[in-house]
Amino acid sequence: MAADTLTAQDYISHHLTNLTLGFHPEHGLTFAHNAEEASAMGFWALHVDSLLWSFGLGYLAYRFMRGVAQKATAGVPTGSQNFLEWIVDFVNENVRGSFSAKNDMVAPLALTVFVWVFLMNLMDLIPVDLIPHGFAQLMSLFGADPHHVYMRVVPTTDPNITFGMSLSVFLLVLYYSFKIKGAAGFAAELTMQPFGKLGMPANLVLEGISLLSKPLSLSLRLFGNLYAGEMIFILIALMYGHNLLLDISGMTLQLAWAIFHILIITLQAFIFMVLTIVYLDMAHQHH
Amino acid sequence: MNINLTLLVQMIAFGVFVAFCMKYVWPPIMKALEERTAKIAEGLAAAERGKEEQELGEQRALEVMKEAKGNAADIVSQAQKRYNEILDEAKRDATAEAERIRTAAHAEIEQETNRAREELRERMAQLAVAAAEKILQKEVDANAHKDLVESFAKQI
Repeated sequence: MAADTLTAQDYISHHLTNLTLGFHPEHGLTFAHNAEEASAMGFWALHVDSLLWSFGLGYLAYRFMRGVAQKATAGVPTGSQNFLEWIVDFVNENVRGSFSAKNDMVAPLALTVFVWVFLMNLMDLIPVDLIPHGFAQLMSLFGADPHHVYMRVVPTTDPNITFGMSLSVFLLVLYYSFKIKGAAGFAAELTMQPFGKLGMPANLVLEGISLLSKPLSLSLRLFGNLYAGEMIFILIALMYGHNLLLDISGMTLQLAWAIFHILIITLQAFIFMVLTIVYLDMAHQHH
Repeated sequence: MNINLTLLVQMIAFGVFVAFCMKYVWPPIMKALEERTAKIAEGLAAAERGKEEQELGEQRALEVMKEAKGNAADIVSQAQKRYNEILDEAKRDATAEAERIRTAAHAEIEQETNRAREELRERMAQLAVAAAEKILQKEVDANAHKDLVESFAKQI
């Protein structure tokens, strides 16, 4: 890619722009042709690529799990059932370890989070140019300019996706905080500690920050890790096509980073799941 | 890197996937796992019970064997006793029989002796009469001197 007329900067920004569908003030309902147009669309725009990959992977995971669940037997499990039971056991163990209250929603929620986030992260291991370049070539067949066709395949490098999930978790935290502790109990938790009645404003500030930091840190941790990982893959991809030495070092680096990244994507999916469980557990704590 | 509608759509999708997972994936899997756990527990309990029953059976067998041995010993000792009894009885019978035969023999011998003595006496009396006849040179009427002859015979 770096060999043609694109500059390195263009290449990177091309990779970091989503396929955005929205209302442009001048062009109406259309796909954004560049990052500026995408920004100009404001809030009422969709990142079609992020959503498609996110839904597609989620649906794939759901189909697989549903298929196995329908045929699940109490006898000796085989193949896919073994695999799913292994994951379910792993998730269930974590839920039982961190979540002390009784809520039938938490374990399936944790399973969904873990599997879905892991699959979305896994897209990071696909060579960075493979799908975007292929998609651009495909679209050029329909008359589109391949340089302005965007495709980001890793949904978790899109803050919309990570915030979407962390805000959902945050809403659940708020819902259960109100439900379990009651409005007064929740308010007391936010204002009566750690300094007691006299330090009420300070308490509110501290507890408010700690509460709000939950969804923020949850999504930004995942986003940051995956965004940085993708960026490094893109930078490594820039090394190709200059000379043999750079090609070889690029291949070595890409392999090393990919192997290291297997750990990161699994770890980030795991952390997202565990923190979801822990936050929900805190929401269920009665004082 | 714009925050836009994608966020809300993702939130909805998240909710939908969690709901589906909660309704259609988690319960069947957990049910299968729990059923298997119950099955395994049942199997282990059955094995434990079987073991206990086997132990109990072994104990019972030992008891039965012990009892049988006791019975056999009793029977043997009874038989021994009975054998001794029979032996004693037989001995007693034999002794009594011997005694009886001996008494009978004695009686017979006595009788024989008496008869022989009687015969001897008669013969002696006849001899004496014959001798007296010869001595007296005259005929003695046996009937007339019966008393004499008999007293004579008695003196023999």
